[in-house]
Amino acid sequence: MARPASYEGVALVAPFSTPYQRYSIDTAHHWIATALRGSLRAAGLKPGDLDGFQVASFTLFPDTAVGLTQHLGLCPRWLDHIPMGGASAGVALRRAARAVQAGDAEIIACVAGDTNHIDSFRQLLSSFSRFAMDASYPYGYGGPNASFALLTDRYMTEYGATREDFGRLCVAQRANALKNPNAVMKKPLTMEQYLDARPIADPIALFDCVMPCAGAEAFLVMSEDRARALNLPYARLAAAIERHNAHADDPIQLRGGWTMDVDVLWDQAGMAPQDMDLVQTYDDYPVISMLQIEDLGFCAKGEGPAFLRDKDLTVSGDFPHNTSGGQLSGGQAGAAGGFIGMVEAIRQVTGQAGGTQVAGAERALVSGFGMINFDRGLCSSAAVLTTGARA
Amino acid sequence: MTHPLSPPPKKDPQKRSVSPTRPPEVRSRAALHLTAAAAEGRFALQRCADCGKVQYPPRDACSACLSTDLPWQDMAPGGTLIAETTVQTSPRLYFRERMPWRAGTVQLDAGPTVLAHIHGDVARHARVRVTARLDQAGQGVLVALPETDTPNMKDDPLMRALSADPKHRRVLITDARSAQALALARALQKAGAAIIFAGEPESWRPYPQRAELEALGVQILPMDVTDTASVKKLAGEIGGKTDILINTARFLRPGGVLDRGDTGFARDELEVNYLGLMRLAQAFGPGMCARASDGVNAAAAWVNLLSVGALSNARPFGAYSASQAGAYSLSQSLRAEFRPSGLRVMNVFFGPTEEDDWYQPLPPPRVTASALARSVVDGLQRGLEDVWCGDIAQDLRDRFRRDPKVLEREMTLGGEGA
Repeated sequence: MARPASYEGVALVAPFSTPYQRYSIDTAHHWIATALRGSLRAAGLKPGDLDGFQVASFTLFPDTAVGLTQHLGLCPRWLDHIPMGGASAGVALRRAARAVQAGDAEIIACVAGDTNHIDSFRQLLSSFSRFAMDASYPYGYGGPNASFALLTDRYMTEYGATREDFGRLCVAQRANALKNPNAVMKKPLTMEQYLDARPIADPIALFDCVMPCAGAEAFLVMSEDRARALNLPYARLAAAIERHNAHADDPIQLRGGWTMDVDVLWDQAGMAPQDMDLVQTYDDYPVISMLQIEDLGFCAKGEGPAFLRDKDLTVSGDFPHNTSGGQLSGGQAGAAGGFIGMVEAIRQVTGQAGGTQVAGAERALVSGFGMINFDRGLCSSAAVLTTGARA
Repeated sequence: MTHPLSPPPKKDPQKRSVSPTRPPEVRSRAALHLTAAAAEGRFALQRCADCGKVQYPPRDACSACLSTDLPWQDMAPGGTLIAETTVQTSPRLYFRERMPWRAGTVQLDAGPTVLAHIHGDVARHARVRVTARLDQAGQGVLVALPETDTPNMKDDPLMRALSADPKHRRVLITDARSAQALALARALQKAGAAIIFAGEPESWRPYPQRAELEALGVQILPMDVTDTASVKKLAGEIGGKTDILINTARFLRPGGVLDRGDTGFARDELEVNYLGLMRLAQAFGPGMCARASDGVNAAAAWVNLLSVGALSNARPFGAYSASQAGAYSLSQSLRAEFRPSGLRVMNVFFGPTEEDDWYQPLPPPRVTASALARSVVDGLQRGLEDVWCGDIAQDLRDRFRRDPKVLEREMTLGGEGA
C-alpha cells in the first residue's frame, strides 16, 4: 500500500467530555448539544462559526445528522454521520481532517453521544443488525457480553491467557479513573474483587463489562493556522488508519483490521510503538485491548499478557493506558465510547488532562474498534496524535 | 452427563402458572429458509451456485463472488466447538428465566463458523453434530449435540425446550375408534407418556380395540368432535392436564362431486375433519396455550393427522381431499394463533392407510398404523412442524414442490389417481 498523503496543517482542538450518567431521562439530542456547546465554549466559538458537523450516535432515532442540524440550529456546508460505534473517532478524524485540508470546511465539530434510558440498551440490542437478529440473539441473547465471552474464551485457549491477565488492565484503569472526576466508577478495584466478581457470561465477569450510560464527547477540527489565530492549544494528526471486515475467513476473531494497516500507520507517523507516551485502546472488554496492543505492534500476537505483566499501566507508570479510566471505569455512553480515548488523548498531548495528565505527554496512540455485526467487531481504526501547542 | 428427568410433582392449584415467554422471533426473509428446513428436521445452509462457498449467517449475496444465486442445501452436520460461554444474565425474559444458558462457536466441516446452542453433554473443544431445531418462538436454531448419542440426552432442558417429547407428558388421542388410535397409544406409552386419554364418540357402539386400549391403561372418556357440548365437557375435565393433543378424528369416504348424488358425506367430512378440528381447538387451545411454559409437563404440541391430498386433490377421494385441504389451511391459522405461547402445531401427512377399509381398492404402498405412530412420536421428540409419513406422502411432497400444476394434472387425469 502506498503511504497516504500527510495530515499536516490539521489541528484538533477543544476536547470536551460531559460528565456521564448511569441512566438519563434526557435524549441523545440533549447530550450531543451539551457536548457541542462545551467544545465550542472551550474554543470561544459560537454555533454559527461552524461550517462542518459530524455525529456518531445510536439513540438519535428517528433522526440523523440531518435532523440534528435543524434541531440544533446549525447551517454546515459539510455534514457527516458515522455509525461505526467504537471505531467512530478514528474514522471521524480521517474524514474531517481531509475536509479541512481540501477546504470543504474550515471548522468541523465532531460529536458522539447517546442517552441511556432504563430500557434503551435492551431496545438497542434488539435492532442492532440483521446478522445479530438472525444468528446471534436467538442463542441466549447475551448481547455483547456473550460475543466477547466467546472471543475471550478462544483467546485464553489459544494463548494461555489467564483471568489475571485481563484483570491487570481493569485494575489499572480503575486506578486511573479515580483521578478523573467525571468517571462513573468511584471506588478502587482490587485484583481479588475482579476475580471474585459475579459471572456475566463465562469467562467474563462483572468488571470485564462496561457500564452502559448516558453522555457525550466532542472536539473540533480546523487548520493549524486557525487554531493559532484563536490562540488555542491543539494536537496534530500524525497518522490514521481504518479497516472494515478484515480477516473475514478467520473462524473466530483473534486479530482485528489493524494488522492490515499497522505498517502504514507507523510509516506515515514516522514513529514506532515505543515512541508513544500513552496509549488509548478501545476497551469495552479487556480482551479487545489485548488484541489492539498486539495488532498495533507493541508485541507479537499472543504475547499481550506477557508484555503487560511487567508494565505499569497507570497514569504515572511506564505504559500509561486508558488514562481517564477508559470505558471500563469511565462508563460507555453509547457511541461516545468510541470517542472517549480520542478526546482524552487530545487533552493529554495539549496538557489539559488535569488529574490524569501524563507528565510531558507529546505522542499518543488512539485505537478504535466497533460493531459486532454477528460474531466479531467489523470496524477498526487508529490514530497517532502529537503535540501542536500546549495549554 | 444428563440426569434422567423425574416425573414432575403434582401441580399446586393455588400457584400461578408461569406465563409463556419466547426467545427472539424476528428474522430476515433469508433466515426463514433455515426455519423451513428445521420444520422438517433438516440442517440446511446456502451454498453459492456460482462459486460453491457455503454462507452463514443467511444472506442475499455471496460473500465471495457477489452472486445472488444462493440455493439452500442440506449440510454435513460435523463440526468442532472452538469457543463457548455460559450466559448468566440476559435482558430477554425467556433466557433470563432459564439461566445459565450455554452457547458456543462451532466451526463447521462444511466451511463457515456458526453460533449454536450447546447440549450439556458436549465437552469443551469437542467434535459436535450440528442440527437445526425449532425453538419456542417457532424459529429455526442451530444446536450442537455430542458426536455420538449419550444416555438421557433428550432429557437435557435445552432439548425439552426444542421438542415436544411425550416423556412424562399427558396425551389426548381425540378419537379412540380411529384405526390409528391403538398403535399411537402403544408408541406413546413406549416413549414415556405419563397418561394417555382417548375420546370416545358413540360409546354405545362396540369396537374391538376398546379392550386393548383399556388393557394398555388408556383412559377412555366420552367425546364426539361433532358435538360442541361433549368437546367442551371433556376440555373442562382434562383440558388443564392435556400436554399433547393428537387429533385422530377423521371421516373418510370415496367420491368427488358428481359421483356423489348429494352433500350428505361432504357435510360429515366438514363436521369431523374441519369443524371438529375447530371445536377441539376452541375448547382445548386456550388452556394449552396458558400452560406452554409450565415446567417438565408443560403443554407442548397439537398434532393433526392429515391426508397428503390436502396439498393437491387426490382422486378418487376428491371431496375428502377438499376437507383435508380445509383442515390443513386451518392448521396454519392455528399455528399462527398458538405461536405467542410457544405451543407447537405438528402436521403429519400420510397417504392411503393399511387399516382404513375405505382404501381397500387402492394399490400399495400403504401406510401402517404403527408406521404412522412412529412418525408422530419421532416428530414430537424432534419438535418438527411437518412430517411426511410413508413413500406416497414423500413422493407427493416432492412433486408438489417441483411444480404444483403438473402435480394437479397427474392427480386428476381420472382412473386410479395417484
